[in-house]
Amino acid sequence: MTPLLQVKGLTKTYGRHIGCRDVSFDLFPGEVMGIVGESGSGKSTLLNSMAGHVVPDAGQVIFDTRDVGPRDTRAMSEPERRMLSRTDWAFVHQHARDGLRMGVSAGGNVGERLMAVGARNYGAIRASAIDWLDRVEIRADRIDDRPTTFSGGMQQRLQIARNLVTGPRLVFMDEPTGGLDVSVQARLLDLLRGLVRDMGLSAIIVTHDLAVVRLLADRLMVMKGGDVVETGLTDQVLDDPQHGYTQLLVSSVLQV
Amino acid sequence: MSDYNFAYLDEQTKRMIRRAILKGLAIPGYQVPFASREMPMPYGWGTGGVQVSAAVLCPEDTLKVIDQGADDTTNAVSIRRFFERTAQIAVTTATADATVIQTRHRIPEEPLRDGQILVYQVPIPEPLRFLEPRESETRKMHALEEYGLMHVKLYEDISRHGHIATAYAYPVKVADRYVMDPSPIPKFDNPKMEMAAIQLFGAGREQRIYALPPFTRVVSLDFEDHPFVASKADHPCGLCGAQDSYLDEVIVDDAGGRMFVCSDTDYCAGRQVDGHRGSDNKEDAA
Amino acid sequence: MYVAVKGGERAIDNAHAWLAEERRGDLAVPELTTAQIREQMTLAVNRVMAEGSLYDPDLAALAIKQARGDLIEAIFLIRAYRTTLPRFGSSLPVDTGAMACDRRISATFKDLPGGQVLGPTFDYTHRLLDFMLAADGDVPAAPEMPVDPAPVPHVMSFLNSEGLIAQETCDGTPASDLTRAPLELPAARALRLQALTRGDEGFVLGMAYSTQRGYARNHAFVGELRIGTVPVEMEIPELGISIEIGEITLTECETVNQFTGSKTEPAQFTRGYGLVFGQTERKAISMALVDRALRWEELGEDDQGAPAQDAEFVLYHCDNIQATGFLEHIKLPHYVDFQSELELVRKLRRDATGQGAE
Repeated sequence: MTPLLQVKGLTKTYGRHIGCRDVSFDLFPGEVMGIVGESGSGKSTLLNSMAGHVVPDAGQVIFDTRDVGPRDTRAMSEPERRMLSRTDWAFVHQHARDGLRMGVSAGGNVGERLMAVGARNYGAIRASAIDWLDRVEIRADRIDDRPTTFSGGMQQRLQIARNLVTGPRLVFMDEPTGGLDVSVQARLLDLLRGLVRDMGLSAIIVTHDLAVVRLLADRLMVMKGGDVVETGLTDQVLDDPQHGYTQLLVSSVLQV
Repeated sequence: MSDYNFAYLDEQTKRMIRRAILKGLAIPGYQVPFASREMPMPYGWGTGGVQVSAAVLCPEDTLKVIDQGADDTTNAVSIRRFFERTAQIAVTTATADATVIQTRHRIPEEPLRDGQILVYQVPIPEPLRFLEPRESETRKMHALEEYGLMHVKLYEDISRHGHIATAYAYPVKVADRYVMDPSPIPKFDNPKMEMAAIQLFGAGREQRIYALPPFTRVVSLDFEDHPFVASKADHPCGLCGAQDSYLDEVIVDDAGGRMFVCSDTDYCAGRQVDGHRGSDNKEDAA
Repeated sequence: MYVAVKGGERAIDNAHAWLAEERRGDLAVPELTTAQIREQMTLAVNRVMAEGSLYDPDLAALAIKQARGDLIEAIFLIRAYRTTLPRFGSSLPVDTGAMACDRRISATFKDLPGGQVLGPTFDYTHRLLDFMLAADGDVPAAPEMPVDPAPVPHVMSFLNSEGLIAQETCDGTPASDLTRAPLELPAARALRLQALTRGDEGFVLGMAYSTQRGYARNHAFVGELRIGTVPVEMEIPELGISIEIGEITLTECETVNQFTGSKTEPAQFTRGYGLVFGQTERKAISMALVDRALRWEELGEDDQGAPAQDAEFVLYHCDNIQATGFLEHIKLPHYVDFQSELELVRKLRRDATGQGAE
């Protein structure tokens, strides 16, 4: 089976500071990969380098495109990359504000990607938006409200709806539950798990929270100081960590 | 003004503007940057239109200048005089007799024909400007045909008001490619933009020229289930009775009494000469 | 019976006639001459030359007279005139190091070669209205002393030789002309400086002030402010040599700003630069501060989101001729568009309240 995403030797430095170094892995359709580590481990740099938000210094990010098969996204033209990020790819930001138009209604936010790829029937767009708001457990009567009137958890769910409405195949998530209450987090994770499963999504999730990867990720990469120190199936790595740092991470999680 | 070149601008400048015009005609709706010159009238008062007209005028041309559809509004008078003095060309108020028509905010009611040029004065050429203030970003959006945001705006209007809430400067898609601002003409005029004449758009302060060759496809943006309607006030003209022309609302007394008259003064006068009379114009009330 | 208003032409002519009368004012009062303006309102003349981008004190004085003292209107006249002038070519870069300085001060050193020369400055005057001026009167001659003909070295050269300040290097690319090519972003520094020197003094002052108050503060010191005349030289291809075609007065301000350093570069001061026609200090200093603020990206600093750091904001709004033109254009008739808005609002209200068509 062709991997959906192949990352090879991805490296990004900031002057003398190493962002991420020589990271390689394959991701298959329907797989969820978690990337964990403390602040400064390089996980966000890695995510942003893969998603094309920053330009890496070296390496390839090969995506299995629908029309021509595997292509190195780093070698793509900007129009192609931007098209990809509006259709097959999605990016869920840690702060919903970064991934939403705060001055546009919830319906407009969800409908934008549809309109960007040619949807021209107001009624149909609105119906899609209502459907998606429902799937992320936002009441339909909030469709005309601006995200500024939403709670943090709702904003995040709206961001997810906005990203998933065009049925992307790969979703990048940067600390999707960061800054949310514990109960709100739990609800969000449940939602994400359901969506990922129902839509057969592949996802790469960056988080410092091991509970998130336990719940969502099939596989796990542990990063420290820009390097991947351990990788494997989530349960295996968390239940039987091999690397000293992973052991430290696992043991420092509060058992409630 | 005898020390000035024909139509004020020097030949090098005209050449530069003509090159921009040719680029604009080759890529309908694309905003071509040009080095706008300081003109003797203020930026915002038609310098873009004046530069375009100055670049295309020949001594044999006949010029008409209108503002709000009328030949006699002060700024139209001022611009027409400018060209009379600097180009000594023939001028007219009759749309049919003009070879070059410079206009602010209206398209003449009478259909234009092959051989005529319509020059629009444009204040803000960028249709996305008020959705995205950064020039660097809007340039990319045009280059990559990323117009989703434009439709989001229309969506928002409908969700808030039940209708698209843009009455003038209504955005259009041109030759199935670029989204363009037609200048602040009322949306009633949008359908006229598919015409036999050449249309040139000049924005002096913003330093952009764009153009439409004859018979370019121009489609006003809308939704299938909320189609574009070229609406106007639901009255006939009080002076000439026309049902199909864009109307000015005039307040005629202290009680707020109103009358609707054709905004296109030449069209209205022509109809009256032909014997048409509106309900406010019957019988001599001298 | 409504008759459409006509007579726009006559209205305009009458307005112009009245304007001419107002411009002249009370006939019992002697008419202002352009020579008087040139000689006795020199700083106004300087501003008009600087923002009009045309060095001609007589024309600037005429413009001020014609504009009835409205300097932005005068600048407009000069700009429009400038458009019509044929261009023969460019001068060589002026050498401000060879300036015959009337005024030369440095805030960074107490004393230095060339000395601190106050020149004809308002700086230490007490701002008390002098009613003697209203009475007219002869001015006593100012004391004189012989001038040292040696050129005055730039303060920056001292900092340069110690390696304390970032060097300005010229890579030889010719600067494009802001008045000949449309402004496109990102704009190179040369283009930004052109925009600033001809930008509205009040706007640039406000932007500079904002940096001092913390909106992207860059800790400016006036390294040097010099005002004086420089020769202007031009290469004549037919002659194969360059000749001096005239002399102009310039104000040059070099600021020493916030030092930066990185892991690979040791700390160095950075610079801001202002250059303006005539004795136009406030503008030159403001220009240097805003120049420095706009350089944040090439100096590796953070974008603090301050207005003075936003090149698009500063460069698109500093031109007062564009600004006033667009501002004042809202006086023009807009009734066609207003009519369409009226129709729309009426329709929306009808639909909202469920009333029938009126």
